[in-house]
Amino acid sequence: MIAALTDVEVDYPRGRALGPFSLAIDAGEIVSLVGPSGCGKSTAMRLLAGLESPSAGAVVRTPGRGETAVVFQAPTLAPWLSARANAALPLELAGVRKHDAEARADQALARVGLAGAESARPAQLSGGMAMRVSLARALVTKPTLLLLDEPFAALDEITRRALADDVLKLWAAAKPAIVFVTHNVEEAVYMASRVVVMTRGPGRTAGEVAVAGPLPRPPGFRTTEAFRTHVEAVSHLLAQGMAA
Amino acid sequence: MTRLAQALAPFVLIALLLAAWEVACRALHVPIYFLPPPSAVARALATDWAGLLRSAWNTLSMALIALVVASLLAQAVALVVALSPILERAVRPLAVVLQVTPVVAIAPLVLIWAGLDHAGRAIVGLAAVVAFFPIFSGAVTGLKATDPDLERLFDLYGASRLQRLIRLRLPSAVPYLLEGHKVAAGLAVIGAVVAEFVAGSGGAQGLAWRILEAGNRLQTARMFAALVVLGVLGAVLHAVLEAAERAGLRWWRGR
Repeated sequence: MIAALTDVEVDYPRGRALGPFSLAIDAGEIVSLVGPSGCGKSTAMRLLAGLESPSAGAVVRTPGRGETAVVFQAPTLAPWLSARANAALPLELAGVRKHDAEARADQALARVGLAGAESARPAQLSGGMAMRVSLARALVTKPTLLLLDEPFAALDEITRRALADDVLKLWAAAKPAIVFVTHNVEEAVYMASRVVVMTRGPGRTAGEVAVAGPLPRPPGFRTTEAFRTHVEAVSHLLAQGMAA
Repeated sequence: MTRLAQALAPFVLIALLLAAWEVACRALHVPIYFLPPPSAVARALATDWAGLLRSAWNTLSMALIALVVASLLAQAVALVVALSPILERAVRPLAVVLQVTPVVAIAPLVLIWAGLDHAGRAIVGLAAVVAFFPIFSGAVTGLKATDPDLERLFDLYGASRLQRLIRLRLPSAVPYLLEGHKVAAGLAVIGAVVAEFVAGSGGAQGLAWRILEAGNRLQTARMFAALVVLGVLGAVLHAVLEAAERAGLRWWRGR
């Protein structure tokens, strides 16, 4: 177990955002978190990242500083920095010397397929490329817990499928635990060995679906009977969660 | 063709208005001290151009010095204020009062403090007062206009306050600072001209002084000539600042 939420509740002045909700993440596994918008998925992410504290319940996190990385829905790059400097930012904040940080940033950019685009600014990159820079920035510290908060939501279908496969390949190389938040059922099933479905807000667990099959996914996985069955199971839980 | 027409349209309108003005002055026998025809203004421009340029430079240089002073002060105060919300609450109302008080109203006071022999200082001071607010306001807004997700990222990696300031808040403020300086430069010229008027004809010999002096002698064509130079100065300054802002933004976001 690398991180766990136990009966957490998050209350904001305008009402409850999440919970009671529990979720345990094992080292090296990929968990998808699906739920309707406003169910508190992003809040659960911030708890797992240690960016927020729960109003009630317990949060356990084992990764040290710099071992948790987050990719947001938008690429969230600094427009005044090059792709290289953006990817190097976490290392520089940790006090790594500029030269070393940039060398490691270049490696991370190469791993996400952006070799040659190191000195481009975010404004010069397409949405998919900017997302890859964001991914490189998350990977540059070699995290043990990678939190992906609807990272493909703003991308077109072809780009998101390509990125989904790339994320799985990158996962296979370093095996960080990944929590993948999405409201796309097929994507949730495709990306993870376990899909946790949340009810509408304030979110609780509506159920869980274990996804069989190898990761990264073999070609044609989306057309298999098993994939369809899992997608239907998740959809069914989502519908129940909406009615709850 | 349409692009050419669009580019020429303002000049055609100006030419038409000038022609109508010229014809009206001649046809209605308007006295030259009341409203000189454009031809008389052009003659005044031709004879006075050296003096007018000197005066324009006088006004412009005062405004630019004021801009530098205002820029340094406004950014320093904004930095202090942005780091402390309680200080911001304290400073805001004062800054607003400073902004909404007409320069003309405080000009006589500043003139007394600067000393009647040092009208230049008073003019720079007043122009700086006017130029202060847009830069201050832009800097404060800019320092707080950081992307909340980038802020979270800095939290995640345990950034110190200094790292956050230098690597996140200052760079985020750049577009707001560019905009603030653009507005402030235009206002500094207005402030300088207003201050020159209050200082009167004994003080610095800027464009406002030219207008006052010609007015006292009822040389209306020369008043217009000075106004034309002031208008051109303003237009050129605006164009330069627009270009500077665009170039600055291009540098900031690399495109």
